[in-house]
Amino acid sequence: MTTMFSGASNLAEGVDRAFIFIFSVAFIFIIAIVALIFYILIHFSRKKNKNPQQFSGNTTLEIIWTVIPVIIVLIMFYFGWAGFAPMRKVPADAMPIKVIGRMWVWSFDYGNGKISKDLVVPLNKDIKLNLYSEDVNHGFFVPAFRVKEDVIPGYNNYMWFRAISKGTYDIFCTEYCGLAHSGMTGKVIVLDNADFDKWFADLKVSDNTVHPGLAIIKQNACLTCHSLDGTKIIGPSFKGIWGSKRIVVTAQGEKEMEGNDEYIRRSILDPNADVVKGFNKGLMQSYKEVLKAEDIDKIVDYFKTAGGQK
Amino acid sequence: MNNQTTTTPLNFLNHQTGLWSWLTSTDHKRIGLLYMYSIVTFFLVAAVLGLLMKIEKSAPGETIMTAQTYNALFTLHGIIMIFIVVIPGLAAVFGNIFLPIMIGAKDVAFPKLNLFSFYLFLTGAGLGLYSQFANGHSPDTGWTFYVPYSAEASSNVVIALTAAFTLGFASILTGLNFIVTIHTMRAPGMSWFRMPLFPWSLYATAWIQLLATPVVGITLLMVIAERTLHVGFFDPKLGGDPVLYQHLFWIYSHPAVYVMILPAMGVVTEIFPTFSQKPVFGYVPIALSSLAIALVGYFVWGHHMFTSGMSYESRWFFSLLTFLVAIPSAIKVFNWLSTMYGGSVDLQPPLLYAISFIFLFTIGGFTGLTLGSVATDIQVHNTDFVVAHFHYIIFGGMGFGFFAGIHYWFPKIYGKLYSIRWANIGWGILFTGFNLLYFPMFIMGIQGMPRRYFDYDPKFQLGQTISTIGAIILFTGLITMISNLIYHAYKGATAPANPWHGVTLEWQIPSPPPHENFDEIPVITRGPYVFDNPHTTK
Ligand code: HEC
Ligand SMILES: [Cu+2]
Repeated sequence: MTTMFSGASNLAEGVDRAFIFIFSVAFIFIIAIVALIFYILIHFSRKKNKNPQQFSGNTTLEIIWTVIPVIIVLIMFYFGWAGFAPMRKVPADAMPIKVIGRMWVWSFDYGNGKISKDLVVPLNKDIKLNLYSEDVNHGFFVPAFRVKEDVIPGYNNYMWFRAISKGTYDIFCTEYCGLAHSGMTGKVIVLDNADFDKWFADLKVSDNTVHPGLAIIKQNACLTCHSLDGTKIIGPSFKGIWGSKRIVVTAQGEKEMEGNDEYIRRSILDPNADVVKGFNKGLMQSYKEVLKAEDIDKIVDYFKTAGGQK
Repeated sequence: MNNQTTTTPLNFLNHQTGLWSWLTSTDHKRIGLLYMYSIVTFFLVAAVLGLLMKIEKSAPGETIMTAQTYNALFTLHGIIMIFIVVIPGLAAVFGNIFLPIMIGAKDVAFPKLNLFSFYLFLTGAGLGLYSQFANGHSPDTGWTFYVPYSAEASSNVVIALTAAFTLGFASILTGLNFIVTIHTMRAPGMSWFRMPLFPWSLYATAWIQLLATPVVGITLLMVIAERTLHVGFFDPKLGGDPVLYQHLFWIYSHPAVYVMILPAMGVVTEIFPTFSQKPVFGYVPIALSSLAIALVGYFVWGHHMFTSGMSYESRWFFSLLTFLVAIPSAIKVFNWLSTMYGGSVDLQPPLLYAISFIFLFTIGGFTGLTLGSVATDIQVHNTDFVVAHFHYIIFGGMGFGFFAGIHYWFPKIYGKLYSIRWANIGWGILFTGFNLLYFPMFIMGIQGMPRRYFDYDPKFQLGQTISTIGAIILFTGLITMISNLIYHAYKGATAPANPWHGVTLEWQIPSPPPHENFDEIPVITRGPYVFDNPHTTK
């Protein structure tokens, strides 16, 4: 947890230079304007000045205060551009890492099934991040590195950087993505080469094969409303749904049902027929038009064999 | 000049009485007041939502509400403030009340259409609120409705877009009404360059409304087609492009920013000469810079999307144009300062607000340049820095412009004087609260504090707490200011026709103005800001 202002990547210097230039100009102008206002209020106050002058324009002045700001903003534009241009020029030999954004966690895929929840990178090595979203828009932001790019489904957005100082840095999600948007944070850990190699060798190959049912659940953003870990969001959590007693409210009143094949199908195809007690009707729309029969089979199988267990 | 009390017994406020006479009135001044009362009510509701959000953020973690509630609040706060309060705000209120008077007309060109626009506005506002609660759904998309997240609440998004379009349509009709009024109803002798600058700013604004709002309509049609016919426009699941949605959204919403700010610039442009007893400096540059802003403002929307994966060239192009659109605003600031320079300056509440406008707007402008510069935008995009920036522009600009306007024209509208002392006290509290609330957000934003965050890293605690204290102070200031005005609208001393010694036409008729403004349409023989007899006693 170091550094709030000092940049920790090769790109920070260009960004900070643009900041400093713009803020210096702003500071000078604002001080000058405030000073002029006070001067006017004191020197030309109604008490002091009984003879307001009646001039109403001056072409030379208009030209001056058009041309000078144009020059200044063009310089600002230049600094902004100079700081940004290198961000798009990824060195050919940069080490690629796939960043996966899903509601509300980041994970980092180093290839060959090696997936980490922290972004661990070696010091002074060019890193290219390929940004991939499994559901909605996210934003990948590392303030200390001065880099940010949106993570958009269907887009191959990317960024790159070279970490120039060891430490641990914050990752924030900067594109609003629902309930736990502010919890979608993570860490970048910069290690020197030897430590990185050791860490990488120890990184277990995780079982990357996602259950096809879960994949469908994710693609259809069911997780906006349903959690996998027991948290109640807009709808009930999927945890423990399989084989358990479900209390539902029907037109005839409350009744008890079992979380089985038929129940889950009905919940997906006709969600508002029986509404789970404690939740509102009309929130979940029917997926009749959206999901194919075999998709639903896969979802049911997922609940049965994995996600629906206690 | 004329200092005699000229309150005639019959004026637009009392020539007919009863609620019904107000709800069906086609008098532009009454319609303006109807807008004002509705908009101020909405404003206060949304301000309370903002205050609650700030209290939630006084400490990390959950303090007074859940994340779900917080997300709902920032969505509602944004939707009400942007679409119901700020976009229509100044033009609908002061434009309606003063545009016809300032150009020497008895009403707008189409008075019935004007009343219709008001009800369309109310319908849109109602739909906007309904969209957030329909289908038992709680609002949580943010006022920008970005897909694909908003697609989860698709039916509500359709209603929300319909609301935005209805509201937009209401302001198109108002804009059209203003354009025709300005073209055809100026008093004899009032050439374009003899027209006061507030009407000029309304003219530029009306054109933006007219040309930009249809984009919302198109977006709406596309969303409906996507939802019902499954044509993939925006939703990646249907093969659509989520970034296309962002483009369309900002093609409308960026010009909308100028719809918010241009009339406010027009208001302060009226105030500086009156309180300096000196002509506007640079009349033509100020008038033309409004048009320049309206024109260039169309082509800068991409600066909201520098991190969306847009092409290298488009980031270049949008950044450059964004820098250029700042120039006309800078020109205005220099001209306002020069208007006061050499005058006989009387620091009354309207001028106090107008000067605060310059200060806050300049800070908003420079931080806007920080967002226009690509490198720095990458760092502060979607952080608290952006939130602070647009509150400096919208609240510090449009909001303080509105407060300046109401303190300027209040004696004219109600024929009553408010307490100058309490107006100054209200200003002091408001101004202090404003800067305490928003300035720390610049610093936190640079440090990386993202926006729309319910919870935050404890390292931001200090800035967040100061910001919360600022919010409470600001709210106290608002209440002080508004109470002073409401109380004196009933109990204030009678105002003369021209308390500030202004020279534009609204000051030449009684306070409050009579039903049809002028007994006899004035004949204009010179520019709007000629002070023959500057008034220099207190
Ligand atoms: C907009 C929010 C929302 C989305 C998106 C959503 N659901 Fe639901 N879901 C609900 C709500 C609310 C309930 C409880 C009320 C009811 O039974 O209709 C529910 C109930 C259920 C139930 C019954 C749960 C129980 O505890 O008995 C199942 C199963 C289910 N949903 C599956 C899905 C699947 C699969 C998807 C994605 C294809 C999905 N839902 C998408 C809101 C949602
Ligand atoms: Cu996110």
